[in-house]
Amino acid sequence: MPPGPATRRALALALLAAVAGSLLLAAAAFADALTPESGGSPNAGDIDSLYKIALYIAAVVFVAVEGALVYALIKFRHRRGRVAAQIRGNTSLEIGWTVGAALILIVLTVFTFAKLNAIKDPARSSASGLRAGATLEASVDQPAPPGGQALKIAVNGQQYIWRYTYPNGAFAYDTMVVPVNTTVTLDIEAQDVIHSWWIPKLGGKFDAVPGYTNHTWFKIPKPGVYDGQCAELCGRNHANMVARVKAVPVADYQRWVAQQKKLIDAANQAAVAQRKTLNATPSGS
Amino acid sequence: MAVTEYALRTLPRPQVVAHEVTRERRGWTSWFTTTDHKKIGILYLYTTFVFFLLGGVEALLMRIQLGTPENTFLDPATYNQLFTLHGTTMIFLFVVPIFAGFANYLVPLMIGARDMAFPRLNALSYWLLLFGGIVFYASLFFNPPEAGWTTYTPLSSNAYLPNGGIDAWIFLIHLTGLSSILGAINFIATLFNMRAPGMGWSRIPLFCWAILTYAIMILTALPVIAGAVTLLLLDRHFGTGFFDPSAGGSPLLWQHLFWFFGHPEVYIMALPAFGIVSEVLPVFARKPIFGYKAIAASTVGIAFLSMLVWAHHMFATPTSTVVLAFFMLTSFLIAVPTGVKILNWLATLWRGTIHPKTALLFSAGLIGVFTIGGISGILLAIFPVDWQLTDTYFVVAHLHYVLFGASVFGIFSAIYYWFPKMSGRMLSEALGKLSFWLVLVGFNVTFLVQHSLGLSGMPRRVYEYPANPAWSTYNLISTIGSFILAAGVLVTAYNVVRSVKRGAIAGPDPWKGNTLEWFTTSPPPENNFDLIPRIRSVEPMKDIRRRVERATEGDYAGTPAAPERAPV
Repeated sequence: MPPGPATRRALALALLAAVAGSLLLAAAAFADALTPESGGSPNAGDIDSLYKIALYIAAVVFVAVEGALVYALIKFRHRRGRVAAQIRGNTSLEIGWTVGAALILIVLTVFTFAKLNAIKDPARSSASGLRAGATLEASVDQPAPPGGQALKIAVNGQQYIWRYTYPNGAFAYDTMVVPVNTTVTLDIEAQDVIHSWWIPKLGGKFDAVPGYTNHTWFKIPKPGVYDGQCAELCGRNHANMVARVKAVPVADYQRWVAQQKKLIDAANQAAVAQRKTLNATPSGS
Repeated sequence: MAVTEYALRTLPRPQVVAHEVTRERRGWTSWFTTTDHKKIGILYLYTTFVFFLLGGVEALLMRIQLGTPENTFLDPATYNQLFTLHGTTMIFLFVVPIFAGFANYLVPLMIGARDMAFPRLNALSYWLLLFGGIVFYASLFFNPPEAGWTTYTPLSSNAYLPNGGIDAWIFLIHLTGLSSILGAINFIATLFNMRAPGMGWSRIPLFCWAILTYAIMILTALPVIAGAVTLLLLDRHFGTGFFDPSAGGSPLLWQHLFWFFGHPEVYIMALPAFGIVSEVLPVFARKPIFGYKAIAASTVGIAFLSMLVWAHHMFATPTSTVVLAFFMLTSFLIAVPTGVKILNWLATLWRGTIHPKTALLFSAGLIGVFTIGGISGILLAIFPVDWQLTDTYFVVAHLHYVLFGASVFGIFSAIYYWFPKMSGRMLSEALGKLSFWLVLVGFNVTFLVQHSLGLSGMPRRVYEYPANPAWSTYNLISTIGSFILAAGVLVTAYNVVRSVKRGAIAGPDPWKGNTLEWFTTSPPPENNFDLIPRIRSVEPMKDIRRRVERATEGDYAGTPAAPERAPV
């Protein structure tokens, strides 16, 4: 026996309930599956909350449109004796929903600009952050943090590794060691092809484009390790171009960066000495 | 006597003119020499569908590689070649040209013309497309390109990819681009000059509005990419430095030129699908389209705005905030006409009597699935949010919700709707519905989790990923979904192959269509129509059916057979 309209409606309702239920369960199980990574730096947190505002609005639009679609497909199915309403349009309704759509977007615009400065402009370093030896630099687009204290690190992307240069001339690859509670500003460049700097929990991506300098910042409150990887296709081993930021207490950072500098200087001196010895003994004679 | 002579000279007289009818050429050679828009249309459809299957196989190979973490099924070079081939194939050899195929077949029929304005140019368009595809795929035997379909410099420069793959890609862009441009000129000339008497701009089918806009956008956007790839070719082989910062050039220039083409291209691929939905919904809901003018206007509005949003693909580049804000706002703006379309479609279904045939299901599926792509597009347009989402699997999910969700669902709807007209036979509804559900479920299983994959930090275009429990789960789900989706596509391919010979005979108008293509036989004769009716509304077939109904009831008013006085 073919299912009657009542059975079919019950089936459809059960199906809808099942879908809604499983979506809710999935959302609960993977609470983080629906929002961007955050928790390392305040700008990542602000992006996350801006995203959530947009997601809530989007969810309402989604449920309304999909609900209306499924309802119409079930409710207005062809049945014997039913006649389709011959309606060609309704000007006030159409103007209404055009204005409605525009209003939603105005709301989104307002929220975006309200959050923008907190995301874009570097925060102030905390009192407990790094003070001595910090440099002050500003670019046209990114004002200096208030108070002027920030640690500036030059990031250079190259196939397939990241290089970090510190204000004292020390440099490191792959892992960037930074002090906690300190605003770290990055000058991002590339030396071969385009790469993209991205540590998800510390904020958004910033492309490293040859010939340009890009800027971002982060400030990590607690010691910890944050992983990321290059986000712009840069060649065959793009997948293996990883980056790591390690936040350590200020004293540890100062010790590390001085030690790194000392090691590099020592290695340079050793290389100079070695070159001298090589030059002193002419080969092949 | 004089009066009669006068009348003979001035009054229009019915006359029968019998031209010699040349026999239609048959046999396989006719496919090479044809200038018939219908045969060219069918060549387009078969060719592009083969490229669709190739692109699909490339996608499945990538999904197998990503099904498990740290997989060694593909090496990094092959993986990069596969996503480059997949993206390029789907865009330049499938979605854009398959709409040229449908438009070739349908536009003359829908406007009551006997062929396209320039039939031989039309054949040239097809052959340029085919050879563009062959040149590109020939690189498989040498070095396929591996810089992605966006071919960003400096990666695509001679210093980093000196082999011929990138050059094959450049030739593909030139050949298929020229094909599309010539086709666009042809569609515009046809639509402007060859409409049936009475068919004003407010009476052409919405699919024709979509194709007119598609053609104008091709004319605006494709010359830009043709210029850009020529500069790239010069950079690669003739020592110029347009994109080389060490020679005073700029890698960002490439991105601006590429996306100035690339974003209109998205709508070149979406608007014809929207046009298809606007044709299919009213027929199967037995209700006129809701807001014809709003839908036509939103098509034009989207086309205009699509030229002003390109840099939203470049939010992470070193660019000033004012520019980023401008492109965010224009991207928001384009959501308005897009939203208007969706609401008009819903209103078309509302209070209709919906016949859930496969064509209607794919169109309704398009509304449901594309809505998700539109919403994720808004999230991506908020540039601080885009900083987190760009270049991740969130973008991969978004672009597939738009390009598969809108374009491919529209294409499948069109296949099920117009196959009876093209072949004279019906596709199996049972297989069609099976295909629909497999495609709908497979598509969502494949791509819905990719949003979460991107949100949890997985970048796109990586050939492997570490064994992170969330990434492994999402990727495995996605790979399983891709095979369900592939099964759905194969069911339709089988349905077509089977029904060409064995489908039920369709007759001229199996769906009670609204537009003129249903006025002629299925398949139509070489000249399409023996008689072209005068068009009085946007639904000429409804008018014709109504007149026939009235005539069978004995009311001949408005028909050529109208007597002096209707019999009682």
